[in-house]
Amino acid sequence: MADSNGQRVRFYQVGSFAAGNRLLDPEQRTVQARMDRSNTLTSGHRACQGCGEALGARYALDAAMRATDGKLIAANATGCLEVFSTPFPESSWQLPWIHSLFGNAPAVASGVAAALRAKGREDVRVIGQGGDGGTVDIGFGCLSGMFERGDDVLYVCYDNEAYMNTGVQRSGATPPAARTANTKPIGREHPGNQFGQGKDLPRIAMAHGIPYVATATVADLHDLERKVEAAMELHGPRYIHVFVPCPLGWGAAAADTIKLARLVVESGLFPVFEAAGGEVVGVSKIRHQVPVEDYLKPQRRYAHLFGDPPRTDVIERLQAIADANIARYGLLDGETA
Amino acid sequence: MLRQLEGSAAVAETVGLCRPEVVCAYPISPQTHIVEGLSDLVRAGRLGSCEYVTVESEFAALSVCIGASATGARTYTATASQGLLYMAEALYNASGLGLPIVMTVANRAIGAPINIWNDHSDAMSQRDCGWIQLYAEDNQEAADLHVQAFSLAERLSLPVMVCMDGFVLTHAYERVDLPTAEQVDAFLPPFEPRQVLDPADPVTIGAMVGPEAFAEVKYLAHAKQMQALDAIPEVAAEFERAFGRPSGGLVRGYRAEDAETIVIGLGSVLGTIEDTVDELREDGVKIGALAIKSFRPFPLEEVRAALAGAKRVVVLEKALAVGIGGIVSANVRMALSGIALHGYTVIAGLGGRPITRRSLRALFEQAIEDRLEPLTFLDLDRERVEAELERMASGGRSGPHAENILRESGIVGARSH
Amino acid sequence: MKRATRGSTLNRVEGSRPTFEVRIHGRGGQGVVTAAELLSVAAFDEGRHAQAFPSFGSERTGAPVVSFCRFGDTPIRTREPIAEPDALIVQDPTLLHQVDLFAGLRPQGYVLINSSRDFSELGLDELSERFRPERLLSVPATELAREHVGRPMPNAALLGGFAALTGALRLDSVIAAIRERFRGAVGERNAAAAAACFHEVERERAVVTGA
Repeated sequence: MADSNGQRVRFYQVGSFAAGNRLLDPEQRTVQARMDRSNTLTSGHRACQGCGEALGARYALDAAMRATDGKLIAANATGCLEVFSTPFPESSWQLPWIHSLFGNAPAVASGVAAALRAKGREDVRVIGQGGDGGTVDIGFGCLSGMFERGDDVLYVCYDNEAYMNTGVQRSGATPPAARTANTKPIGREHPGNQFGQGKDLPRIAMAHGIPYVATATVADLHDLERKVEAAMELHGPRYIHVFVPCPLGWGAAAADTIKLARLVVESGLFPVFEAAGGEVVGVSKIRHQVPVEDYLKPQRRYAHLFGDPPRTDVIERLQAIADANIARYGLLDGETA
Repeated sequence: MLRQLEGSAAVAETVGLCRPEVVCAYPISPQTHIVEGLSDLVRAGRLGSCEYVTVESEFAALSVCIGASATGARTYTATASQGLLYMAEALYNASGLGLPIVMTVANRAIGAPINIWNDHSDAMSQRDCGWIQLYAEDNQEAADLHVQAFSLAERLSLPVMVCMDGFVLTHAYERVDLPTAEQVDAFLPPFEPRQVLDPADPVTIGAMVGPEAFAEVKYLAHAKQMQALDAIPEVAAEFERAFGRPSGGLVRGYRAEDAETIVIGLGSVLGTIEDTVDELREDGVKIGALAIKSFRPFPLEEVRAALAGAKRVVVLEKALAVGIGGIVSANVRMALSGIALHGYTVIAGLGGRPITRRSLRALFEQAIEDRLEPLTFLDLDRERVEAELERMASGGRSGPHAENILRESGIVGARSH
Repeated sequence: MKRATRGSTLNRVEGSRPTFEVRIHGRGGQGVVTAAELLSVAAFDEGRHAQAFPSFGSERTGAPVVSFCRFGDTPIRTREPIAEPDALIVQDPTLLHQVDLFAGLRPQGYVLINSSRDFSELGLDELSERFRPERLLSVPATELAREHVGRPMPNAALLGGFAALTGALRLDSVIAAIRERFRGAVGERNAAAAAACFHEVERERAVVTGA
């Protein structure tokens, strides 16, 4: 941001390189700053202290409600978000909201969109949402079908990298070397989750050629809001993959949620980018690159890498993944993809 | 209007007249002609703003229906066999959420071994999922029941499954009196949902319900099906008044009033049963039939009343509860509490094996002399079965049953069935 | 609730003809199923009750296929395959010695075989002894189809032959059914093939019966 002399000004006041709202033009301020925000996911839900998903969902949905003038219907997969937001007989949702099954949120969303089309109510928009398990694994077929059909649905995946609601079992989104309830680091040959090729949902979404794909984290909530709003300007299938730390599942301090999200981005392990029609059109550059250890150390799910002796071999492989992402997406200044 | 056409086509036309707003289609034999017919109607612009959604699995098909129905759209899909199983989770979800979806089940056997021909194992496997289950005896009734199904579903806020025998009815050409658009419009008002996703009045649908309230919610589902015991005959009577022909209902007796022996069946086999009943009546045998048209809810009182004067009941089933025997007969037995009569279960037609008048006649003759076992497998090839059991008993790697039996029967395709 | 008693093959309305049962044999891709459907539509056009259904499953060209058609003056209730046909149509003579096509054929039954060879040349002399020889005919339907339709699809032609052989349906009903199913030029050509086959069979019958 430049001052009146055209000089570049850096903001350090909150330690996260984020500019506080009162220094921004009203139009640039976060939706959360407004008194008239929807509070779509209102208070009283039962999420853990420091839940990244609750934070991400609140921002994403309020942004979507602003973009659609409150004319939004949500279809939610089974998972933490659904469970903590609807503890019978209470509900935190202040929009029309349906939870059907674990694996069908994208299909239910498609059905809602079809009904709205049939009724000539295309002014009402649809958002589908789920965790990584419900999106990347059990909901994968339905998601792909929704993409292929071109249904007018924004699907948001809140990725905390495991089946958290059922007790932290690994999912197709669990990163290599992470400990989960069924990828414990037992014996030297099992340093946590396997080093597979992973399941890169954002790129799979891009391969479907849909109008808009983006990744985001709860470390840059403005960016998340902007992406949701950009997505709601478009029609057809859109996909946003949001990195949301889970203090309980990751063995991290509740106060570290946003910090961890920032570190994963700055390490290069989670590239933040936007894509349209199958091609990357923008990336968020890393401001101050950090080694992957900085990201891994605060999480007990990686504690087995830092024992005596440390598993430097594994850490090197993780660093190599980060480096590959940096190269692929051009995440450092002076680098292009 | 009277037409000679394929059962699937009659159903597609009639469903079209019900003004569905969202139709979901995933193909599976033998339902394919239904979804193809509806696609043609939509593309020809005959279904107005109806959305035809091609999905990637049956699980997706019913899930899309769930989303659409919850948004207030009149919704339809069709499936069979493996497809019904693949959407099993969604079946319970739809009924649990009280969504008035209508679905055709083109009854087909469930594998393994894979088999595309008609029997009732698919619908029977889902008899307790909370859907209303109706069985059509012929294509006229198959068409008519869909009109009644929408009315019933929307009246009770429960999903309805219309069962029609795969291939036997879906692919049979017969005479059907198709209703007109005016008739259906007069009979079926626009869908007024009891709950709907609407930004103007937000609701949360699908919350978790714990031990403190689950039983009550489940009881209400049962209570609604009990209400259906009244609603089904009401809708059938309304239908008869509006369209001029009887159709649907809970049960239908055929020459059963003074019968000593009553044969119970579901679906198209009733036709063959009735022909056989007529033959035996000509010989003075006091035999009759009872068609069960609503299997869920099960019409305990009507079945009991129909059987009250009989000496024996033969329940002819196109499905098998492996490990115990009959499914329909177990339900029938519940209706007979306190009534003493001989009950015989006959498993017939599994995997599409034809049920012939000749076999039925021999079977009924045995029945009237009480020479039947409690559980009979009609036209079973005992030799082949014994041979395979011996092979198994000899130990070691005896091989897969299906392949062994097929090998023994030679080239299957070379025989006309 | 009860429905009015429906008729059966036994409850014959006075003056009505008994239900006529036809079994058609052929291979997948030869229009065997369509043939049965067309017969049922022809019967319907004559104001009669009719039922047609196939006996096959997975779509596969070349595999043996059987289709059935019953028609009559009373409603048809039974659903079993036709075990005792009044007439057989054999669209593909290569099935003759592979499958027991003639199983259950009634003593007064009709057989129409798609072939330019006669029953003797087809090795079916024994049939001529068991059944009424003037009701067993072969006709080169594929050739007629090639000539009139431009494709070796004999099903429509054979229906015309069936009408002539059995008299159970009128030619114009068969032709109306063909035209309803196949619009435009295709329908006309198939109708022409049916008519040609009808006349061919009539001619053959005249020879056989000496009429």
